[in-house]
Amino acid sequence: MITIDNLHIQLGGFNLRDINLQIAENDFFMLMGPSGAGKTIILEAIAGLVPVKSGRITVAGQDITHLPPEKRGISIVYQDYALFPHLTVANNIRYGLQFQKIEKSEGDKRLDQLLGLLNLQHLANRSPETLSGGEQQRVAMARALIVNPQVLLLDEPLSALDPRLREEFRVLLKQIHQQTEATILMVTHDFAEALALGQRGAIINMGKIEQSGTMEDLFQRPQSTMVAGFVGMKNLFSVSLQGETARIKGLQVQLGHRDSEGQGFIAIRPEDIVLSSGQLQSSMRNCFKGRVEQVISQGFYYEVHVNVDGVSFCALVTKGALLEMELQEGKEIYLFFKSTAIHTF
Amino acid sequence: MRYKDFFFWGTFACAVTVIAFITLPLLQMLSAPSLEVLLETIVDKDVFNSILLSLSAATLAALISFIFGTPLAYLLSRREFRGKRLVEGIIDLPIIIPHPVIGIAILSITGRNYWFGQFLTDLGIRIMGSVTGIVTVMVFVAIPFYIKAAKEGFDAISPRLENVSRSLGASMFSTFFRITFPLAWRSMLAGLIMACARAISEFGAIVIVAYHPMIAPVMIYERFESYGLKYSQPVAVWLIAVCLVLFLLLRILTTRQKKNV
Repeated sequence: MITIDNLHIQLGGFNLRDINLQIAENDFFMLMGPSGAGKTIILEAIAGLVPVKSGRITVAGQDITHLPPEKRGISIVYQDYALFPHLTVANNIRYGLQFQKIEKSEGDKRLDQLLGLLNLQHLANRSPETLSGGEQQRVAMARALIVNPQVLLLDEPLSALDPRLREEFRVLLKQIHQQTEATILMVTHDFAEALALGQRGAIINMGKIEQSGTMEDLFQRPQSTMVAGFVGMKNLFSVSLQGETARIKGLQVQLGHRDSEGQGFIAIRPEDIVLSSGQLQSSMRNCFKGRVEQVISQGFYYEVHVNVDGVSFCALVTKGALLEMELQEGKEIYLFFKSTAIHTF
Repeated sequence: MRYKDFFFWGTFACAVTVIAFITLPLLQMLSAPSLEVLLETIVDKDVFNSILLSLSAATLAALISFIFGTPLAYLLSRREFRGKRLVEGIIDLPIIIPHPVIGIAILSITGRNYWFGQFLTDLGIRIMGSVTGIVTVMVFVAIPFYIKAAKEGFDAISPRLENVSRSLGASMFSTFFRITFPLAWRSMLAGLIMACARAISEFGAIVIVAYHPMIAPVMIYERFESYGLKYSQPVAVWLIAVCLVLFLLLRILTTRQKKNV
């Protein structure tokens, strides 16, 4: 559906290079990366709002690289909503209709549908300045959707909402995705959001795509230390691989399968590491005895750092487990993980 | 507490001094001529014509500033380019240059022994001692004020609004007239008023380029020179009275609109 070939954008001091992306039709694609990585600029380039230095963007087989934004059929929703302050809610939503070749009755029908879908009927005649953040967000969505775009670009649409609204809006987004034929490309740095909504995604860093693929690939099988760190693989070790084992300093880790020989990395998600005060009868191939270095509260979870022969592992435990095992600094503890939880690259 | 009081009264005293400094001379001038003299002055054809010329030439200058200044102000607000600082510096020049120098500069480019002046003469355009000349000088001194105000207005509008508009199918022209202009017109109007006020107040450059036909400030100067303070005061009163009423009207018009939006 959307193909980006060797895109190069230079904007002020900002440089995006060798951007290659494939996004399938009706996909919900997540663009993730640290702030300042260039995510919004990629969206604006697809919409035709920033000049492209070289490369090609095609949508549905049509080369749109040099098409003006108004000819692309691509809607964008910004993080700050960018509602037109001088127009009412209804006129904001209706804005795009006047440039489309459609009957007035058809336009009114679409408006009514969107007001209903996004629960905005009672706000139709209000000025956008009087709306709450969540309401403004829904107006911005309706305004983008009324022109039936083939591609919908969302720039961190949920980041300015409070957690409860965010949950609600996530459900709404999913619904919108199912009800429209639009291919959705969304920038986010919230993993829960990305996993709940995204089918595929890409991680971008310092103006380059680090990795793209299914959400599972990104979160379970990162291909670089940057991606591993970014997706929260806190246990990231440089290892030497030999047969079915990986060696971290003096520590031997069982991989359960043969991997290529030589230097590499292994990564284990902290939630895949199990802690226990005694030996466990378990099928888990890797068991180590270590000492608790540090316990850090993460709100609902605790991050426990365990030192095993000079190698520091990080595990997540609930408050209940923390109390039960009487975890505190200096306590001896056993640490387990399955060989399938280990990702090598 | 004591220190705070001292600070407060200190600032207060300064404020009063400044306000008095501005208003006292004006009030004194306004109240000096009797109503009878004022009436007598305005029926004087020369006075009436000079005020009318001042107002109409200044309005024309403001309109010309609007037509040529708006695109430039938009460009300066939206684009970054090499030499932008230089362009902004050039736009500020008319504010900095002493007024008689402006008059001399304009005369020297439009003089008959310069190719541009020759070109204008061939076209039948005369700058020296003509309304064209007056308007030219007024545009020269007024346009920076308009461009600055309009640019500020454009700066206050997020380019994202324009981006959204275009992604929804509006061309750049459509976007400007449907989004940018409705959001910036108040700043543009404020700029027009500023430009107009600046144009009306110009004396130094105009007196060099066109002593005749006589604009109001030149007439005030002439009457002061030839007949003294008492004779020039009523003209001055009429000039500022007309200006104040006009600007006040515009002010009321724009603030009322604001509430409706």
